[in-house]
Amino acid sequence: MIQMSTRQVLRHSSWICWKDLLEFSRSKIRLVMLVVMPLFMMLMVGFIFPSSSSISNQPVAIANLDTGVTEVVNSTHIPMHLGNTFVTELTAINNKTGMMDLSTSTGFNDIKSRIQDGSISGGIILPSDFTSSLLHGFQGNVTIVTDQSNPQISAIMQEVLTQTIQAMGTEQAELGLNSTFHVALNMTGAMIQPFNVQTKGIIPGNPNYFEFVAPGITAMVVMMSLMTGLPHAISYERDVGTLDGMLVAPTSRLSIILGKVMAQTVRGVVQAAIIFLIAVGLFGVVIYGNLLLVAALILLTVFSFVGLGILITSFADREETATMVMMTLMFPMMFLSGVFFPIQQMPWYMQDVAYILPLTYATTALRKVIVLGAGISAVWTDVLILLLVGIVLLAIAVPLFKKAMSR
Amino acid sequence: MSKIAIRTKNLTKKFGDFTAVDNVSFDVEEGEIFGFLGPNGAGKSTTIRVLCTLSKPTSGSVEVAGFDAVKDDSEVRKHIGLVSEKLIMYNELTARENLKLFGKLYDLPDDVLAKRIDELLKFVHMEKWADARIGTFSTGMKQRINVIRAMVNQPEILFLDEPTLGLDPQSTVEIREMIRKINTEQGTTMILTTHMMVDAEMLCGRIGIIDKGKIVALDTSQNLKKLVSGTESTAFEFEIPNLTQTMMTSLQSLGCVESVSQEDQTRIKVRAAGEDSFDSMIDSLRSNHARITSAKSLEPTLEDVFLHITGRNVVDQVSDTVKTTMQGGGPGGPRRPTGGRVR
Repeated sequence: MIQMSTRQVLRHSSWICWKDLLEFSRSKIRLVMLVVMPLFMMLMVGFIFPSSSSISNQPVAIANLDTGVTEVVNSTHIPMHLGNTFVTELTAINNKTGMMDLSTSTGFNDIKSRIQDGSISGGIILPSDFTSSLLHGFQGNVTIVTDQSNPQISAIMQEVLTQTIQAMGTEQAELGLNSTFHVALNMTGAMIQPFNVQTKGIIPGNPNYFEFVAPGITAMVVMMSLMTGLPHAISYERDVGTLDGMLVAPTSRLSIILGKVMAQTVRGVVQAAIIFLIAVGLFGVVIYGNLLLVAALILLTVFSFVGLGILITSFADREETATMVMMTLMFPMMFLSGVFFPIQQMPWYMQDVAYILPLTYATTALRKVIVLGAGISAVWTDVLILLLVGIVLLAIAVPLFKKAMSR
Repeated sequence: MSKIAIRTKNLTKKFGDFTAVDNVSFDVEEGEIFGFLGPNGAGKSTTIRVLCTLSKPTSGSVEVAGFDAVKDDSEVRKHIGLVSEKLIMYNELTARENLKLFGKLYDLPDDVLAKRIDELLKFVHMEKWADARIGTFSTGMKQRINVIRAMVNQPEILFLDEPTLGLDPQSTVEIREMIRKINTEQGTTMILTTHMMVDAEMLCGRIGIIDKGKIVALDTSQNLKKLVSGTESTAFEFEIPNLTQTMMTSLQSLGCVESVSQEDQTRIKVRAAGEDSFDSMIDSLRSNHARITSAKSLEPTLEDVFLHITGRNVVDQVSDTVKTTMQGGGPGGPRRPTGGRVR
């Protein structure tokens, strides 16, 4: 076999790349999808994951069962109803935050049936002895009923209600300290809560979920363009017969795969750029890292997945098979590599799995650079792993591909 | 002796246990149009793929344009062009862009390529459509571009795998004319596979009949037909409304006529040999004032040849198997193939 010169291989592959991109640019639907796909992804993952800041107008029912107590002070009957006071204060606080949409309820059973039919997402119950407990030196019980079918909302509701109720408790305690022990009101806070916790990130501002998810989606889209785009492009051409035209020309098999890789890389990088534009322009994400480093990392991600794409291509003799194989590989990657959920939240054995997947390193490195403004020194282990994975996969894939092409 | 363009010796190609091409040996001379005739799945396309370096033979040797198709595949590729059963063209690209891409894969410089593309488009009268996308073309137009695409590197050998498959009658004639023109004007050696008898008969110098991976007969179309009749003579049928015994006797007395038989009141069948036999018979009949309303030669077709050699019809392969399975289904079962699987 006559060895093709490197220049010839590059020349042929750039013509094949030219052809692929020309084909791509002429397909309107594909151009539209290039923009729509990342936009959908961002919108979807950005908005479906709830956070305490995103919760508003959650329907919550209050069952105020407090019977109140009539105190006899100096033979005058003074009706005391602390339950009503509680509800008034809670309503006042809620009017400021707008988190809940409060309604009244008759008790636990009513709350239960309304949670079941989905008309409310939680309830608050004040027991009948609420006032009397408080007046006799006991704690006033407040029961929060949660919707267990929706763990995320339920957890956030619980947190929000607890905070609100605690704040009300603190206020009560401050007033109590002031009236009973004559402590100045500006001192009471430090007595009840001696420790003040402040959170400070290493970058200015308050990162939102888009900031978390944008680097991950970038890495994922780049991965997809190679893992789905490459096998699809080649097995499609094999199915319709056009691949034979290239194979019968005096062109190295390497030029064909290289041309395809080049075209898919361009597609992946363009899509990554679109994601950044959407993230920055539409969702207010700030890129803190060096843009060149980000670009280099994206290219490195391409490199680490090229081998895998070629490998699938070599094994899949038909387009259908290729689609099946890459779907099976891609889904675990998408969900386990920390694209949507932080790896640290996973159980240890799943974390171990995550650290086998190259996408994890691509996502981690991109996130460090984009969100935290890290430099090359902070991501060099990730870079090294990605390089290594790329080299190993290519070393396996290229000979297999050459063999597969001359069946 | 002309030079040899293709030489295969004991070529065998297996896919697992299935032998697609079984110990095939043949030579193709330069400038020849060589036809492979056979039913679908006989091994025609596989043979072409091996000759085109797209598939490696399991055993045997293949030499194309003077190079070994396995060891020197890159050299072979420079000298050949392929018109495959499936169109090798990108629908989103224009005719010119398609030709340009493939020209560039043969390392043609820009000016040479541009000139050649213009010439080729002119050759098939498609200059007007040079910058229209292939996707907008009719099947016949697509196939014309597809053929010149295979010629962009001016190949010495052109492989055509079912070039008229799926074309309407007019386009079929056009493509057939085109193939003949390329062969005569440029002296290109052509290997053609087809299951269309007419294609093989009209185009090919020599025909290899291939069945179940083996070449069962290889000769010119005329010689193949002799296999059926077994003699040099040809049968003719005449329809003469005023047929008389005298006419038949005088035909019988001609030197070229072997036998005369009466089919019915107006028709006779005559077996005769020699190039001018038809003329002599007509002269004889006219001198006896015969009114000839129809005269035809009962020459065997290549279809007959295939039937004679393999005992089966070329196109009826699948329907045969369907019938067999249906009959195996038990007595009283439907005798009619139910699916649309025939052909």
